Amino acid sequence: MAPPALDSLPAPLRSLRLKTKQQELLLRVSALALIYVLAFAVRLFSVLRYESMIHEFDPYFNYRTTLFLTENGFSEFWNWFDSESWYPLGRVVGGTLFPGLMVTAALLHRLLRALSLAVHIREVCVLTAPFFAANTTLVAYAFGREIWDSGAGLVAAALIAIVPGYISRSVAGSYDNEGVAIFALLLTFYLFVRAVNTGSLAWALASAFGYFYMVSAWGGYVFIINLIPLYVLVLLVTGRYSQRLYVAYNCMYVLGMLLAMQIRFVGFQHVQSGEHMAAMGVFFLLQVFFFLDWVQYLLNDARLFKSFLRITLTCVITVGALALGIGTASGYISPWTGRFYSLLDPTYAKDHIPIIASVSEHQPTAWSSFMFDFHILLFLFPAGLYFCFKRLSDATIFIVMYGLTSMYFAGVMVRLILVAAPAVCLISAIAASATIKNLTTLIRTKSRSPQTTSGKTTGSKAAAKGAVDQSLPFQHNAAIALLLGAFYLLSRYAIHCTWVTSEAYSSPSIVLAARGHNGGRVIFDDYREAYYWLRQNTPPDAKIMSWWDYGYQITAMGNRTVIVDNNTWNNTHIATVGRAMSSYEDEAYEIMQSLDVNYVLVVFGGVTGYSSDDINKFLWMVRIGGGVFPVIKEPDYLVNGEYRIDKGAAPKMLNCLMYKLCYYRFGELTTEYGKPPGYDRVRGVEIGNKDIKLEYLEEAFTTSNWIVRIYKVKPPKNRS
Amino acid sequence: MMDHRDVMLPLSLRTLATRTLLLLVIASAVSCSSLPPEDGIRVVSAEKRIDLTGPIVKVFLTLKVENAPTASEASRVLLAFTPTEVQHLSIVKATRAEGKRKKKAFVPLSIEPSELATTAPDAPRLYSVLLSTPLKPGDATTLEVLYMLTHSLEPFPAEISQSESQLVYYRDSAVLLSPYHVLEQVTYIKMPSNRIESFTRVDPTTRAGSEVKYGTYNNQMPNSYLPILVHYENNRPFAVVEELVRKVEISHWGNIQITEQYKLKRHVLNHKGVFSRLEYQSRPSVSGASSFKNLLVRLPPRVHSVYYRDEIGNISSSHLRTNSHKSELEIEPRYPLFGGWHCTFTIGYGLPLQDFVFESVDGRRYINLTFGCPLLDTVVDDLTVKVVLPEGSKNPQPVVPFVTEKHLETSYSYLDVVGRTTVVLKKKNVVGEHNVPFQVYYEFNPIFMLAEPLMLISAVLLFFVAFIAYLHMDLSIRKSS
Repeated sequence: MAPPALDSLPAPLRSLRLKTKQQELLLRVSALALIYVLAFAVRLFSVLRYESMIHEFDPYFNYRTTLFLTENGFSEFWNWFDSESWYPLGRVVGGTLFPGLMVTAALLHRLLRALSLAVHIREVCVLTAPFFAANTTLVAYAFGREIWDSGAGLVAAALIAIVPGYISRSVAGSYDNEGVAIFALLLTFYLFVRAVNTGSLAWALASAFGYFYMVSAWGGYVFIINLIPLYVLVLLVTGRYSQRLYVAYNCMYVLGMLLAMQIRFVGFQHVQSGEHMAAMGVFFLLQVFFFLDWVQYLLNDARLFKSFLRITLTCVITVGALALGIGTASGYISPWTGRFYSLLDPTYAKDHIPIIASVSEHQPTAWSSFMFDFHILLFLFPAGLYFCFKRLSDATIFIVMYGLTSMYFAGVMVRLILVAAPAVCLISAIAASATIKNLTTLIRTKSRSPQTTSGKTTGSKAAAKGAVDQSLPFQHNAAIALLLGAFYLLSRYAIHCTWVTSEAYSSPSIVLAARGHNGGRVIFDDYREAYYWLRQNTPPDAKIMSWWDYGYQITAMGNRTVIVDNNTWNNTHIATVGRAMSSYEDEAYEIMQSLDVNYVLVVFGGVTGYSSDDINKFLWMVRIGGGVFPVIKEPDYLVNGEYRIDKGAAPKMLNCLMYKLCYYRFGELTTEYGKPPGYDRVRGVEIGNKDIKLEYLEEAFTTSNWIVRIYKVKPPKNRS
Repeated sequence: MMDHRDVMLPLSLRTLATRTLLLLVIASAVSCSSLPPEDGIRVVSAEKRIDLTGPIVKVFLTLKVENAPTASEASRVLLAFTPTEVQHLSIVKATRAEGKRKKKAFVPLSIEPSELATTAPDAPRLYSVLLSTPLKPGDATTLEVLYMLTHSLEPFPAEISQSESQLVYYRDSAVLLSPYHVLEQVTYIKMPSNRIESFTRVDPTTRAGSEVKYGTYNNQMPNSYLPILVHYENNRPFAVVEELVRKVEISHWGNIQITEQYKLKRHVLNHKGVFSRLEYQSRPSVSGASSFKNLLVRLPPRVHSVYYRDEIGNISSSHLRTNSHKSELEIEPRYPLFGGWHCTFTIGYGLPLQDFVFESVDGRRYINLTFGCPLLDTVVDDLTVKVVLPEGSKNPQPVVPFVTEKHLETSYSYLDVVGRTTVVLKKKNVVGEHNVPFQVYYEFNPIFMLAEPLMLISAVLLFFVAFIAYLHMDLSIRKSS
């Protein structure tokens, strides 16, 4: 606000041009500020609807580690061996996580404390994702300005502020790596593109640090370390090699790699893992290219150079291939991991790694979710690509490549829509901004044709265009109509995004809400009821066995030791739990005794109709258990390939531990009026085994809506 | 309240003199553990009514005491308690009936622990009731004494399952434990229901419904004790707050914020074996008769911004009812509390400043709040009240009508630089009777109210100035073309 007013006072005779420029600056800054606030505010639905709390599963682990970090300091955190999870193995937490998120939140917390704001670390954690989402809008603005113009930058900032694909992972309370990582990802890309555009070492250095932050925050950094070499390769192939590119890539790669090695979880992967080899190959290729360039300059003879090129290229390729081959064969370079394979081949996980396939967010994306998460951007995206190709530059090539690759990955895995969202927003912003700009120039040249003196930036272009288009009839009206249409679409987008955010993405999933008979909101707070019960009323060293989904929550909220959790690093251990759940009670008892289990926790939705319960997940337990222990066979639990729990169910199904624990005494309960007792409201059938007797376990606690049931494992009987 | 203290001081000084004299006399008598009445006081008639209906044992004593015509003036009357009783004694109050018939009024008397006879481990501990006017030789007066005992009901059997009801033991003496000669005495024990498993007979003993009467006993020697044991059903929830921290933050901008952290335990007996939700839901009256679902918190009127949460988030089961006289918050723990189950939670609320903070005549300010725990019918084992005075206040002086442990500390909150003076009061064994007003006096200059807003204003101003300066400065080394 201040600058124009202050300027106008002392120097009223300043030139008009400066004044409009300042007005433009004011407009831009205030628009950006509004977008910043909007991006933050739109993510607060969950806080207003529910409360300031951590959502979902993984964020609870992040919250727990952040709490540990703020209480015990960094070196304790870095060397933390957590004996509360993966009993009896434990977990080296400091070496198996990306510390970026926790360190960020802890620093923010310390900063606020230093400003004597007495906030709790939980509030900082809850608001970290919205804060970084707001920062992302600024980066998107800068990025948009870099690849197109400041108008596109503003539109990109506005689009990304509310794009549902990004909001889904960055609402308040969704304290996950992605919340920070998307900011870091976009920042790294922006700084790199800027470095390529300017050839400045400073920007390349900045992008190396951006990359370091990204590596410290999320495993998705692999995308950067593969996309940037690919981009460099494309530039090389298309003959766009330049000194600027050389400086930018070398500095970014070498420094970025060295910095990334400081993260314990990543370690020497940059020189040892197959996923990072492309970057190294391109690095060497770039050196060869530079060398050849220099030789060509020295030789100054086309024929001689051609033969030299042939020799060098064959040498280099052989040496490279040999090195790669030897490295892989000797085991120095690790092969690609399953997760990486499953990205390239969507069917891979289903056949080889059931534990990845069992996670819903790793499923291939449905068309509807593209529509849901991108809305009009899905149509603007191709248009933006058209504009990019029309004005091809180093920067637009980058954004096109980013857009296309990330769109492919988004198609492979639902959760990667998140990575595609910024690219889609940027490209769509180019389309929207360019279209609207063209339309408005059309309207303005028409109406202002007599007075085109004020040297507009696009003045000459527009005038020329106007002159060409003069012949078209109804051009002015058509432009206005199109403009209105564009605004209508954009406003629909805004409405859609707000609706999606408030309806679909703002539920903490730890507290379930439903509509009661009288239309009022009914809250099912069973998870916290159970976890708090565990926390208060079980011995502090009790070991809880549950399916791995609830591991993080039990350790964070229940403060008790778990056998397996969401960090699925040991497949055998998970398979053991899966085996226990799918065995008969006496067999399961032996497994539980060997794991020192004191309590077993199951999630059961049959009373309330909560469908993501353990009975619905049970087949995955069987599959994962059967993958390691062949005694568990999936067909034993199915009847003619059909999964049933009623009277016609397989006998093994009706008597396995999971079935018994979920349906213990359920047969005596009437869940729905007019239905027999023991009617499961999720599966919509009456259960097949109503007379369940437990021999080795006893019911310890069941929450008020039966969603969580906890059983105590009885101590072994005395020998008689 | 200030006056009250001023009066107390000389009184206790006066007794101190007599006490030192008495100590010499008594020292020899202690060894035989029977204390001869040093003055000629004897109890003409005593009535002891024990109320066992709730989790707290309430005892009403009516003593008619008489000073022997030959003795000197008596300025105090001694009450005796067993050592276990003293441990669980939460409050003792005494009043003296003065005046005749219609002009009869009850004057509260102060009580202090007497140092007499505490050397022997089993000897009764004595409390002196300080009489406002000394009892002349040959005169008689009536004292009404009320005392409460916490943790005095012992569950038997110690573990019950979900659907059983809770039986407890209560131990006491059939006759009044007193250092004096008791001429005539009767004891009534009132129980919550007709279900009395057993009671010790010390003839004459009669039972009428839910009440057991012991006595009348005549001519009991000093320090006589006839142990009795009553075994009866008590299904009233035994909620015990093991620890309660009440934090009162005063803001002179118009708000008092109170945060109360509870550590609650369903006390005494343990829950045995299985908790079945099915039985709990389908037969709520039978199953879990002794568990409790909800608690009632009585808050002052005009309360606002009430919250109820614990370490892992809000607890969604609570109701607030407000009217102009009081507010009631009905809270439900996350899970029903069975024997031995714990539960911690925090309640917070705001109150309007003008209802509780006043300016006294000498220019100081004082806050006037209720001391005890707002939860009804509970015992607080360990209560801490922290009064956080606004930043810049000086000379805090708490005034509490009973003995508490006091100290000062400094706490920091939003935008604090020097920190806030905090008055910390601690007391053990707190019951509902301790819900009496207390005051904290302090000096506060209203100019300090402006410190924090001014800090913020200057920060924002600096930001704008920096921004303006940035826009008007050219920091580039080389002029770009």
